[in-house]
Amino acid sequence: MALADICKLNFSSKSSLTTLPSNEEVFNAEAQDCFSIPTAPQAASYLSHLSKPDSDVHIKFNHGTTTLAFKFQHGVVVATDSRATAGDYIASQTVKKVIEINPYLLGTMAGGAADCSFWERVLAKQCRVYELRNKERISVAAASKVLANMVYNYKGMGLSMGTMICGWDKRGPGLYYVDSDGQRLNGSMFAVGSGATYAYGVMDAGYSNDMCVEDALALGKRAIYHATHRDAYSGGFVNLYHMKESGWEHISWTDVKDLHYAYKNEKK
Amino acid sequence: MSMTEVHRQASVGPKQHRFEPYAFNGGNILAVAGGDFAVVASDTRLSQGFMIHTRDHPKAVQLTANTVLAQSGFEGDSLTLKKHVQMRIGMYEHNHGKTPSTSAIAAMISKMLYYKRFFPYYVYNIVAGLDNEGKGCVYSYDPVGSYEREQYRAAGAANELLQPLLDNQIGFKNMSEAGPPLSKERAIQLCIDCFISAAERDITTGDCVLIQVIDKDGVETKKFPLRRD
Repeated sequence: MALADICKLNFSSKSSLTTLPSNEEVFNAEAQDCFSIPTAPQAASYLSHLSKPDSDVHIKFNHGTTTLAFKFQHGVVVATDSRATAGDYIASQTVKKVIEINPYLLGTMAGGAADCSFWERVLAKQCRVYELRNKERISVAAASKVLANMVYNYKGMGLSMGTMICGWDKRGPGLYYVDSDGQRLNGSMFAVGSGATYAYGVMDAGYSNDMCVEDALALGKRAIYHATHRDAYSGGFVNLYHMKESGWEHISWTDVKDLHYAYKNEKK
Repeated sequence: MSMTEVHRQASVGPKQHRFEPYAFNGGNILAVAGGDFAVVASDTRLSQGFMIHTRDHPKAVQLTANTVLAQSGFEGDSLTLKKHVQMRIGMYEHNHGKTPSTSAIAAMISKMLYYKRFFPYYVYNIVAGLDNEGKGCVYSYDPVGSYEREQYRAAGAANELLQPLLDNQIGFKNMSEAGPPLSKERAIQLCIDCFISAAERDITTGDCVLIQVIDKDGVETKKFPLRRD
């Protein structure tokens, strides 16, 4: 089994219940790039009862929501909100959900915050190794495939990650959607997270491939604002990036409160 | 709880008993970063359910001259994680010949937490100290390693009571005029006041609050009494 090999567990010889990992094994696990898992039958679902709200010990992880990206003639616009929730509690309003993998690749964060940051950091390492081995930059298609293949090994184990890999390579602007269920899709417009449907409504209404850069950035910002307005799990600040041929550029970090009054005044 | 509520809980149906790897030991931690200092406050009560195990168990430990780690959640996992972090810092010092910076320790702890993604450390950590430029910094984590640098953070049983108070007094959130920059004396007083309030409304907080102030001269520790009920 792939997971048993990764964790170097041998199920055939002795019962896994009788051997708890030694301190050394847990300590060295990181160095060998493997995860420690519960030494019990059905390891994958052993702790699933702890994420149900009626248990005494309720472990809550930070989740992130509404992210969007779309391609147009001048590149890719990437916009996200900045709220992280742990259950119904707002854990943070200032989360950076756009992960800068390298100067010409961006990844977004939706779902489990730790899952996205960790795996996209591993992806950054793999992209750098690719560059060193092949003396050329990795393509967006290849980078997204690397990520999809890495998380597929953990399918069914509870990873929660919905990310968009955006970049500019030899084929022009690139945008792929990758998630922890194993899905990998190429497309020109995606919105991911609990506020995605609200963002799609606004994006679809205003989108055209021939937009100018200013209009495209304004559309991305507006779509996130509307999602934060209606979705309780989205809010905070709109983080806006533009992916160009020369790499990505960070455009703005705007409080949605200010956007609310700005758009309201526009209508008058 | 009324009598009908108690009966309803008892008759909810058969409950499967299994080995429960976690427990919740209560308590709170809080950290604030200033211009050239950081303050970490933690209460010293260790409880489980309705029982207090001890009143003198601090939740914060000094890792290096400029870094303190505060932990809240399950004490078993806190102890193990703390030991592992201290060992790794020792290894870093042997390999590199210098103490790791606060940001390096913060990134390392994130990885250590994520490597137990499928059997997490049930600990809410906060790392506080001085960054490479001597400014105060606070890093807060979720149980599986998602982390962020912030100016202030409360974690633990009463974090939902304390965090809004800090948002108002330190972050001046949604206020038209921000107050003056935070001084060390005000930060310490605010931390003590937060714990006094938390002890009023959270049963697992109380006994004593340990305040650690990190600045360029090192880490200074002070203790203040809290309600013992």
